[in-house]
Amino acid sequence: MPFIPHTESDTQAMLRDMGVEDIEELFDEIPSELRCLGLKGIPKALTEFQLARLMRERSAKDQIKLNFMGAGAYEHHIPAAVWEITTRGEYYSAYTPYQAEASQGTLQVIYEYQTMMASLTGLDVSNASLYDGASALAEAILMAVRINRKSRSKRVLIPKTVHPFYVDVVGSITGNQGIQIVQLPYDNETGQVSLSALDAHSHEDITAIVIPQTNVFGVLEEVHTITQWAVDHDVLAIALVNPVALGLLKPPGEWGPDGVAIACGEGQPLGIPLSSGGPYFGFLSCREAFVRQLPGRLVGRTTDLEGTQGFTLTLQAREQHIRRSRATSNICTNQGLMVTAATIYMSLLGPRGLRRVAEHCHAKTRDLVSVMSGIDGVDEVFTGKRFHEAVLRLPVSAEAVLNVLSEWGILGGVSLSSWYPELGEALLVCATETKSDDDLKIYGQALRAAIDQVSEA
Amino acid sequence: MSEIPGQLKFTRDHEWVREHDDGTVEVGITDHAQTALGDLVFIELPDTGGSFTAHDACCVVESVKAASDVYCPLAGTIVNTNEILIEKPELVNNDPYGEGWLFRLRPDLPSELEGLLDDKNYERLLAEDNE
Repeated sequence: MPFIPHTESDTQAMLRDMGVEDIEELFDEIPSELRCLGLKGIPKALTEFQLARLMRERSAKDQIKLNFMGAGAYEHHIPAAVWEITTRGEYYSAYTPYQAEASQGTLQVIYEYQTMMASLTGLDVSNASLYDGASALAEAILMAVRINRKSRSKRVLIPKTVHPFYVDVVGSITGNQGIQIVQLPYDNETGQVSLSALDAHSHEDITAIVIPQTNVFGVLEEVHTITQWAVDHDVLAIALVNPVALGLLKPPGEWGPDGVAIACGEGQPLGIPLSSGGPYFGFLSCREAFVRQLPGRLVGRTTDLEGTQGFTLTLQAREQHIRRSRATSNICTNQGLMVTAATIYMSLLGPRGLRRVAEHCHAKTRDLVSVMSGIDGVDEVFTGKRFHEAVLRLPVSAEAVLNVLSEWGILGGVSLSSWYPELGEALLVCATETKSDDDLKIYGQALRAAIDQVSEA
Repeated sequence: MSEIPGQLKFTRDHEWVREHDDGTVEVGITDHAQTALGDLVFIELPDTGGSFTAHDACCVVESVKAASDVYCPLAGTIVNTNEILIEKPELVNNDPYGEGWLFRLRPDLPSELEGLLDDKNYERLLAEDNE
């Protein structure tokens, strides 16, 4: 069934009215080389039952494996109430509110979400979310370039300790806007941003710096020192943060002498399942002074003429339907359903619950590292303090070990050999609150056996 | 009927220009423009020292439901801006020709002033727009 309201005779009547023979004539002015005629590589349509069967077969291939992978997407316990409530019809069907003020429930959820994210990051305002953490970082950088008028260079420092996928996305989004990304090396011993490499940029015109907490190695950065450096050199500081880690760590709003300007990150750890990589959501918050440069939706609380509480979209004048090409961003929408889940997740846990999740993650990873370090030839690579991930060097090929572990039902981590070849056979592992002591023991035994198997092969 | 002071010059985009003895000019938006925009909530001023050519968008005035560019009436360099408006944008609504001025400009070619409208011509422009 085609979901198009016009019948063939409607179409013909419209064409007659315009004095045009064929719909194709309407596209005459587009040069033929710019037209995409047909979609190559898309197979023939399937019927509904054929499609359902195909998807059932594919999903049956999924196995529930013991998961020690992190690197940007994290397995956490999600209380059953989160998705039970989120998938109620009232929330499930409500996309971004077009008749905004008629959707008071949706607006209130967004308002609560913004309040929670502002409080978690220690900043004044949060938007209603973006597509994912990487695109949130790109938007944060675009914001920073608009805000920092003292700088003319549009040069942005991104440490090599930021996830390489994030750097790629930032490059795609900002590359054609005259923004130049300069990568900062890390200290081989600590796994943190090299402060001497940072100092080397002290006499250059730098627009902004990205400060990851935690970084891609799971290591905590010297966030206060770097934020202070940014303040001293008129560089705008952008925090890229793990929201669960913020249950335990100082929020970016309190880094350095008076906090960063912008904070962003991936919201998936807050109640969103891993589900093959998406959908997730990005969060973005900032100081009030920069609110007009903040892309996306903002919901405010107000009182109506009768004195009753109400919620409303505010600051719409920055958006595309009003500002057209000069809008703050092409992003107006938000990840409504993911945000609803995250809001319910945070409200169920509260600050104390989130702190306990963070503490458990930290403790489990510490235990995992001690189990792994007990194996001959396995050593932790960095000395920097970590949160819930660690990098370990293996005596044999990390890829080969992961393949063996996978056959045994274990996702053993992420090999860093293609992103960071200088680290040799390095494995990034993560243990969240979902791992029991038995899980760690099983992993330890399996790893030992896998290393033996690979070295004998 | 909106107010149109006699001693000022005007643009077709509803900016006004006041000449000063030191050769600089003061720029703002007209009473008609502020009425059309409604209550202003934010004003983005140009950077002092910035140089623009005539008709460059150099400033943004934003009301609750719309944002509008203010165009530079003459080529020149910004010498001063009305910083009070960042805190009190409503001054543009209350006193568009006085406390609600936006910026001061040193024109590159003072002769460009000749090309602007006088009060009579601006009044005629508004009357035509009304028709």
